[in-house]
Amino acid sequence: MTTTAHPAPAPTRIPRLPADTAVVFGRCLRATLRSRTNLLFGMLQPLLFLTFFGPLLTRLDLGADGSPWQTFVPGILVQLALLGGSFVGLGLIVDRNLGVVDRMRATPVAPLALLLGRTLRDVVQLVAQSVLLVLLGFAFGLRAPLPGVLAGLAFVAVLSGALAALSYGLAARLRTPPEFAAVANTGVIPLMLLSGLLLPMSLAPGWLDGLSRAVPFRYTVDAVREVFRGHYAAGTVGLGAAVTLALAALCLAAATRLFTRAGRG
Amino acid sequence: MSDQEPVPALHVRGLARSYRLPSGPVHAVRGLDLTVPRGEILGFLGPNGAGKTTTQRMLATLLPPTAGQARVAGRDLVRDPAGVRARIGYVAQAGGLDPGCGVREELVTQGRLHRMPRAAARARAGELAAELGLTALLDRPTGALSGGQRRRVEIALGLVNRPEVLFLDEPTTGLDPGSRAGLWELIRRIRRDLGTTVFLTTHYLDEADALCDRVVVIDGGRAVAEGSPAQLRSRYAPADSAGTLQDAFLALTGRGPTEKPLAV
Repeated sequence: MTTTAHPAPAPTRIPRLPADTAVVFGRCLRATLRSRTNLLFGMLQPLLFLTFFGPLLTRLDLGADGSPWQTFVPGILVQLALLGGSFVGLGLIVDRNLGVVDRMRATPVAPLALLLGRTLRDVVQLVAQSVLLVLLGFAFGLRAPLPGVLAGLAFVAVLSGALAALSYGLAARLRTPPEFAAVANTGVIPLMLLSGLLLPMSLAPGWLDGLSRAVPFRYTVDAVREVFRGHYAAGTVGLGAAVTLALAALCLAAATRLFTRAGRG
Repeated sequence: MSDQEPVPALHVRGLARSYRLPSGPVHAVRGLDLTVPRGEILGFLGPNGAGKTTTQRMLATLLPPTAGQARVAGRDLVRDPAGVRARIGYVAQAGGLDPGCGVREELVTQGRLHRMPRAAARARAGELAAELGLTALLDRPTGALSGGQRRRVEIALGLVNRPEVLFLDEPTTGLDPGSRAGLWELIRRIRRDLGTTVFLTTHYLDEADALCDRVVVIDGGRAVAEGSPAQLRSRYAPADSAGTLQDAFLALTGRGPTEKPLAV
């Protein structure tokens, strides 16, 4: 065995939280790339909607200018962020049961990096999947300006980060995967329906439209639809950006609290 | 190092942990006092639910104590948890390996989590693998290893930062006799060559007898006896018994053969 003494690892001048986050992110990303089936199944649901539901809309008037694909694809992207982001906490529960989380928490790594590194991996994964969906949408007949698509992907990135972080915060406080799935499902499905992802809420009767205005994702998806039509200066875009960013700040704050205080209760 | 360093590896006073459940408070650990000199192999012996794991999780900074103080490797547990984490290794019973991750990647990542530069983390991984006989396994996923091999990898992860104190929670549970003997030898070697203080929990009496310099018997969240295995045998084993550590243990924890909680 080495007879070296116990020097603390060489002090670095790199700011700790970003460097720690990068280490955790790298580990999580490699795990994701190893499980290719996981990558595919995460995309399966939006892919099915795109293929088997999208074409139904091509002859409908969705009450907006542009093609129905410009309304539908943004909805699918937000759906991916919503479903993909909300359930990532399951992975944390699995890792915790394996002892991986405790093993890492017993090192000097910044506790917040364990949350941020994972969340960042999910953002990268969901944005990559969104790019594939957009490309597929183009094959089906979607036409959208590139800056609009990029802006739409930015919305997806912020939203998935917010939901993934919140999902981890929740998972840090729940014991088992079934418990987590029950809570996440109960939250996500009504929110998804109420945000008008599949069909815009402009088609909805007054009461449903009114109800959906209480759901933040509605503003995100409306904004993504606008930028996909090339309308960048519309009030909807500004409102969507403001609501999405506020939601992200709120989710991140809640997640930090839930995650770093887990185990203390 | 132990001769230059008069500060004990562990100095614990009044450490306690209680939970609030709807049915009322649960006292998992009640006012534990413990001093462990550098380089000792200490066995924490007790039946299931005695508070062994809770104590270790507190000392490894994973669970805040509800009362009491502790200095681990000279650092205050509550005020300087990061200082403690830099100086300990913690191997939980669950182990903490990702079955899909390769051995090398686990070792290198662990070094990076200890904030080693990339090259140093890689070098350390190779060094540990050589010392613990893992070199041939470096590129295998941990899920493809035998139970004994996995334990070695887990202990290697705990040694990445050359810890002053190594916590092992039931390190040989579930291993076959050959792997257990190999692991005991490894733990002795870690102490001998590195001067590492080892704090292990076990409910195997033969393990405590064979491996530990000193044993603390814990029951109901309290230390009920401590001493070398030989001292415990002579002090607590009833006169009408065979005088084994098991007899001492059963007398101490008040558990007769009819409700014997241990897999001895």
